Amino acid sequence: MTTRTHRRAIQVEGTVGESPLRPDGIAKLQGKFAYAQDLESEGMLWGATVRSPHASATIESIDIGPALSIGGVHAVLTASDVPGRPSFGLEHPDQPVLAGDKVSFWGEPVAIVAAEDPDTARLAAAAVKVVYREQVPLTDPEEADLRDEVFRRMRIRRGDQDVSGPVVVEGYYEVGMQDQAPLGPEAGLAIPDGQGGIDLYATSQFVHVDHEQIVASLGLPPEAVRSHPTGIGGAFGAREDVNLHIHLCMLALHTRRPVKMVYRRSESFAGHVHRHPARMWYRHTADAEGRLLRVEARVVIDGGAYASTTAAVLANACYFVVGPYRCDSVSVDGVGTRTNNPPCGAMRGFGAVQVCFAYEAQMDRLAEALDMDPLELRRRNVLATGDVMPTTGQLITTPLPTAEVIETLRAMPLSDGDQSVLPGGSGLTSELRDVVRGVGYALGIKNLGFAEGFDDYAQARVRLTSEGAIVETAAIEVGQGLVTVLAQIARAGLGVSKAEVRHVDTSRIDSAGSTSASRQTQVSGGATLEASTRLRERILGHHHGDDLTDEGVWRSGALVVPMEELTREAWEETVTFRHPPTEAPNADGQGAVHADFAVAGHRAVVDVDPELGMVKVVRVDTVQDVGRALNPGSIRGQIEGGIMQGVGLAIMEELVMENGVIRNPNFTDYLLPTILDAPDVEAVLIEEDGSWGPFGAKGVGEPPTISSTAAVAAAIRIATGRQLNRVPIRPQDISMGDR
Amino acid sequence: MSALIVEFTLNGSPATARVMSSGSALDALRDELGLFGAKSGCEQGECGSCSILLDGAVVCSCLVMAGDLQGLVVVTVEGVAGDEIHPVQTAMHEGGAVQCGFCTPGIVVAAVDLFERIPHPTGEEIKEALAGNICRCTGYGAIVRALQELSAGSGT
Amino acid sequence: MVEVQHPTSVDQAVAAMAEGALALAGGTDLMVEVNFGHARPENVVALRRIGELAEWEPNRIGAGVTWSRLEQGGPLALAQAARTVGSPQIRNAGTLGGNVGTASPAGDGLPFLAAVDASIELVSPAGVRSVPWHEYFVGVKKTARLAGELITAIGLPEAMPERQAFGKIGTRNAMVIATVCCVVTRAQTGVTTVALGSVAPTPMRARQAEEMISSIDRPSESDMVEFARLVSEEVRPITDHRSTEEYRRYAAGILARRLLDRCLR
Repeated sequence: MTTRTHRRAIQVEGTVGESPLRPDGIAKLQGKFAYAQDLESEGMLWGATVRSPHASATIESIDIGPALSIGGVHAVLTASDVPGRPSFGLEHPDQPVLAGDKVSFWGEPVAIVAAEDPDTARLAAAAVKVVYREQVPLTDPEEADLRDEVFRRMRIRRGDQDVSGPVVVEGYYEVGMQDQAPLGPEAGLAIPDGQGGIDLYATSQFVHVDHEQIVASLGLPPEAVRSHPTGIGGAFGAREDVNLHIHLCMLALHTRRPVKMVYRRSESFAGHVHRHPARMWYRHTADAEGRLLRVEARVVIDGGAYASTTAAVLANACYFVVGPYRCDSVSVDGVGTRTNNPPCGAMRGFGAVQVCFAYEAQMDRLAEALDMDPLELRRRNVLATGDVMPTTGQLITTPLPTAEVIETLRAMPLSDGDQSVLPGGSGLTSELRDVVRGVGYALGIKNLGFAEGFDDYAQARVRLTSEGAIVETAAIEVGQGLVTVLAQIARAGLGVSKAEVRHVDTSRIDSAGSTSASRQTQVSGGATLEASTRLRERILGHHHGDDLTDEGVWRSGALVVPMEELTREAWEETVTFRHPPTEAPNADGQGAVHADFAVAGHRAVVDVDPELGMVKVVRVDTVQDVGRALNPGSIRGQIEGGIMQGVGLAIMEELVMENGVIRNPNFTDYLLPTILDAPDVEAVLIEEDGSWGPFGAKGVGEPPTISSTAAVAAAIRIATGRQLNRVPIRPQDISMGDR
Repeated sequence: MSALIVEFTLNGSPATARVMSSGSALDALRDELGLFGAKSGCEQGECGSCSILLDGAVVCSCLVMAGDLQGLVVVTVEGVAGDEIHPVQTAMHEGGAVQCGFCTPGIVVAAVDLFERIPHPTGEEIKEALAGNICRCTGYGAIVRALQELSAGSGT
Repeated sequence: MVEVQHPTSVDQAVAAMAEGALALAGGTDLMVEVNFGHARPENVVALRRIGELAEWEPNRIGAGVTWSRLEQGGPLALAQAARTVGSPQIRNAGTLGGNVGTASPAGDGLPFLAAVDASIELVSPAGVRSVPWHEYFVGVKKTARLAGELITAIGLPEAMPERQAFGKIGTRNAMVIATVCCVVTRAQTGVTTVALGSVAPTPMRARQAEEMISSIDRPSESDMVEFARLVSEEVRPITDHRSTEEYRRYAAGILARRLLDRCLR
């Protein structure tokens, strides 16, 4: 049996604060890096999935006969074939592995097939005869709220609830359903081990939580299944939930053959969760000097058919409902609804994106009502270390340089920007004389790491070998550069010049948690630093040395144990790192629910053709609180990429729903920004000691996405005078919308 | 069942593919010929991850019918530099232009084609040439900077 | 079992099509259908090796001429349209004949054909016929082409209008399906044509607007406004996942007026 797995990463040179080249860069550039869709194994079959064409229906019957009779088809499995727990879920196992008596969203898996080749597998999937009785789908979240079809309600009350003031602004805001659209669609390969167990190589952000769900549904003991990290083409939240994992294992166990499955793009849109669409009502009350006296909000996010992470996303939206501002009177009512829309879950920003769009629009309106500069209004309300969170009352103990973000952003030179691409681009709709310029600002805040008392930890193992340090982890590299930064941390902690990160499967190491919540640099990085530091101390203690370098152990300037001799012994240290504990909120949403926070600010410069509603985002300047920049090059990559996704949500990215059906599940109509839509980006990083991450580092992945959308929307409002209370902002909203 | 056999030139050598259906050149390259460099991202020519050079022009291999390859000349990312590393690849590596890397082979193919047509492309020409390659990770900034540096630094 | 033929002449291709083979040009439309499981052609005739189809004379553009070539040397508004088709990859593969064959309401090249009263050349074993564009396009992806007929060329008029302008509205700066696209031409005589795409089942002309503006030597601002109003009135758009009827109607008028203005400058 031959299995292609991704090439061993090469070593990383460079310590923290530098920007060493990615160890996997050349392999990726040569097309030699193996992604999940590139895996193969001898004797492999191909899987395919039968999906519901309806958002809500009962299943009257399923006839697998016609599919089974096709030559080359080895298995057709339905709900009754699930060996163990019939459902799965990241937080609550409420989603059927395969739909049994009803389907609850468009695209829900109903049956799976395995065949000799992908073409036959798809033909077989199409030949499975499912008789549905269609139901009227519940698609309106407001109606779901009334019917009490909810995953979670949040109630936050802090401070005096009877505060009033001279300036009041109210607003209603909406955010459409965004998709993570990682460029690599879901894919995987399950290989039976010949002893009733399985090795699974599949797209994932969190192999240990996949593993828990897989063994439960397979009815197997944990040790029978090994979930392996593999090459991932982006994630952005789309790979936290199980999709093809259990299906692949079922088919492989049933056929006793390796089975590969690759989602096509249209299937990928049905096969992973999306960013929650949101509806938000706000009332801000301020005094005449612009100090926030009270913020009231109602937040409705639609979780779709199954729970996924809706409860946590809703909580986050509610906790950050005010933004990075002080306020001592807050009231929030939130609901995460259950409907027949596609399930929604994690996407970069995780609830903080939706409310940021709303609270920053409110801040701009407040500034307008006060006839005050928008940045000045924000400056007067900045939330800082030593303050309490306006929503939860949690004391902020780590650095929160909101004021520095504002001042730095204000001071950044405002260049004209490149006007080689005008709104409308190559469509030639607009000339310079049709275009007006707008500049808008927004700030955003989000927690880092998991919250609300979740036992958030990551394990890492550091070994010293004659070739340098080796970091073993199950933390997933999704493209962000974890393979580089963990090696930098190990190198710094151990004192050697070469380090390499190796991803190992679930049987060989404990969980690293999810590659999400901007957390891996802090948490897996923390484990790596502690393991490498401890290992260094242990080696020095054992050999009574005072320094460890590539040459070996030194004592008083003399090499006492050369590296070759030192590494004849096995030196390794395994550490499970936990960040400061958090607690669950009380009934009023109060408590120290978060471990750390980060703020960022964005200034967007847009050219708008107001008559036709066309937009070109010319540039986005940003200031971000990073704690300590461990790899400035990678951080810039996160910033530019995150801004691009924020721009996408602002002006083009939306899954268009009609009665629970996605109308645009393809790249022709789900528009992702191209290189001609990309703004120039200038970024300033704010470094400040005091966070608990390694060397004081904070997570950096999400902040670029949080306030960039709001900044672009603000800039378009400035340019056009339109209200624009919904993103994505469409041409008709600009040219024909409310003023 | 007899299959349609197509013969063409692949990365400078004669190649033969067995074609069973009206499927794409991308599927044939990956599943028949074991070349996994071209990626399958959208199957409709919108993402550019499957870009190849077909008779010298950059196209999406997902939109080329495998049965139409007969007698044509195909270069994939595996063939742009043989066993060497192409200056475009070096520039992108050093410029931090790779994250998840899924779009990267397609961008390499499109950029290699650009630099062959225009040895010193401007920023606008770079963006124009890569307008058919979606990158979801980088926001494109590092890609443009890397290729601009290559343009400024590359000989003649 | 699939059969793909690779003829090098129109006669061979037509013979294959008479046997039921499906024509494959650049593949940019057909292969999407295949990849999405909507089509599974078994008998295909690939056209890329037919030199005749790639021939391009001033008044006759071979059906196999790619967008990349049109972008470089086509009549102004057609070159501008070609520049907006998909991506460089799509323009290297896709052809004008393919656009005509698919006959999507959003076909980027089609408003130009309507604006200059082009004709479609069709060849079958029975011979050659030339069909005016307005008889050729009969509905959404429906044409007057008969089974077995091969689109060989697009016929253009002897004299092209001196002034031409193309514009296309889409919500992305590249690689986007048109929400509205439009070509306006104006001859020295003042004769003006206005053709639009994505606002009706087929490419269409705004005849009332044309008539109104053609008679005016130097249109005033109010003439331009009236022209835009007439265009908006004449289009027949729908609401779909890409845009709304109201916006398309409104934007068609604005875009046509801007293009007319460019022709008058």
